[in-house]
Amino acid sequence: MKIIVCIKQVPDTTEIKLNPETGTMIRDGVPSIMNPDDKGGLEMALNLKDQFGAHVTVITMGPAQADQILREAYAMGADRAIHLTDKRFAGADTLATSNALAGALRMLEYDLIITGRQAIDGDTAQVGPQIAELLDLPQVTYVEDLQFANDTFTIKKANEEGYQIVQVETPCLITVLASANEPRYMSVNGIMTAYQKEVEVWGFDNISVDETKLGLKGSPTRVFKSFSKGAKSVGQKYEVDPKMAVEIIMEKLKEKFII
Amino acid sequence: MDQSLYKNIFVFVEQRNGQIQNVSLELLSKAQELNEKLNEQVVAILLGNHMDEQAHELISYGADIVLYADAPEFSIYNTEPYTQAVNQLVQSYKPSIILIGATTIGRDLGPRLSARIETGLTADCTALEMGDDGHLLMTRPAFGGNLMATIVCKEHRPQMSTVRPGVMMKGLKDISRKGNVEKVNIQFDSSKFKVKILETVKETKNLVDITDAKILVSGGRGVGNAEGFKKLNELAKTLRAEVSSSRAMVDLGVVSHDRQVGQTGKTVRPDLYFALGISGAIQHLAGMEESDFIVAINKDKDAPIFQTADLGIVGDVNQIVPLLNEKLQKEMK
Repeated sequence: MKIIVCIKQVPDTTEIKLNPETGTMIRDGVPSIMNPDDKGGLEMALNLKDQFGAHVTVITMGPAQADQILREAYAMGADRAIHLTDKRFAGADTLATSNALAGALRMLEYDLIITGRQAIDGDTAQVGPQIAELLDLPQVTYVEDLQFANDTFTIKKANEEGYQIVQVETPCLITVLASANEPRYMSVNGIMTAYQKEVEVWGFDNISVDETKLGLKGSPTRVFKSFSKGAKSVGQKYEVDPKMAVEIIMEKLKEKFII
Repeated sequence: MDQSLYKNIFVFVEQRNGQIQNVSLELLSKAQELNEKLNEQVVAILLGNHMDEQAHELISYGADIVLYADAPEFSIYNTEPYTQAVNQLVQSYKPSIILIGATTIGRDLGPRLSARIETGLTADCTALEMGDDGHLLMTRPAFGGNLMATIVCKEHRPQMSTVRPGVMMKGLKDISRKGNVEKVNIQFDSSKFKVKILETVKETKNLVDITDAKILVSGGRGVGNAEGFKKLNELAKTLRAEVSSSRAMVDLGVVSHDRQVGQTGKTVRPDLYFALGISGAIQHLAGMEESDFIVAINKDKDAPIFQTADLGIVGDVNQIVPLLNEKLQKEMK
């Protein structure tokens, strides 16, 4: 079985703080991590490798520093890593990103393509299904668990009210939730060898995609403006003993006619 | 692309077990508001099986036209039949805007459809308005809610957007509204139907929807564990409230995901929101900051939640909550 996992390097948005006066983002010192849903997807692929001896390729699109998450993937147990990077890919919205990734994926063999459900910097959840469409593959999103037998995946797919059990044959694409599993740690041996292994760097010339479909040029959507939400007027804050605290809360609830 | 050929607002109507989902009614209402500037028509797209009655009801909520496709393939949502259907309707009717609920269904359908149509899609919008130049302005949070971005799709049609449930206001049902239901036929290419749904399981724990609650008692890391969370359950019972939580408690397995508030959970706007032991990560704030009145209790006096709270108490939830519950029980007798 050949599996390709699409991963993305993202700022750890849980570490971003807002300047309370201006309401603007403080980006300095925010660490970059492998997107949590993607890491869940990689773990799922490595599980299939443990069970069936699958070959796992990881691919990312991003600037030079994204090399770091490919090394991390090697250290976790991936077999091959591809870094898609070119200034002609820059400024891409989700569709242009999907065009580039699908272009690279067309150059590879696969039975299963895995993406995370969504990336924590954009939260769009679009790239997985868009790649599936561009490659004419069936998709299953919000995957929590999967079993494999007779070229068929039996999948537990989460929704708001519970879950569905669905079946799909290879080749197919799934998008995985971070909550699906507990990603393994990088192995000591893996860390030692991760930087000796080759990360293949691919650019525009490695994929056959029309330049007008890539980067900013190939993006139907544009950011018209961006703004911070601004600081909200701060309410009252009390540092008192528990008894007093209860009195204050009770008073407020009465004032608001809640009790 | 001749954009003048593209007219009218499509609203994809989501149904589960033949029940129209609230988010679709919210979108019909929003579409009518956008249409005040456009003066075109609001077209509801309903894919279902034996849903004639519900199809007519959509008119009372703001649809001018309902395009209703009735087929067994539509009884349960499945990516490919739904994508084929909406794509065919888009090709023949050429809408300028498509609105879809940002549910697990809408977020599966939307991107698949956008790639098939080759147009832009803006996900999880929190505000929509018509710009002066006739383009739709789609505002959404980015960087986990740290930044708001307004997105436009100028060169492509239709302009597609998904909107989270609970963000737009549902309009009142107006049975005097006039409109037409048109039955449409879809030509399927069933050779592409490759995902088979074996079973749909509703988990009973999910029966209460926290987005409907008037009062929410919400707990975070500061509550500690399941034992600590019991105190919140008791407080909720006294207040006839529902419990919800930040992501931390869901990750610990104390609370089920359907009760998670925030960027990867639900957006809530209750009359009263208790943020108990919740530090106020921006992802959480994104899901609850529209609440009418927010009471926060946290040990850390610098916790960001205090910037959003209307009333902040620096202290230990595990001490204060039982006392508060006791006091409330006495008062409410």
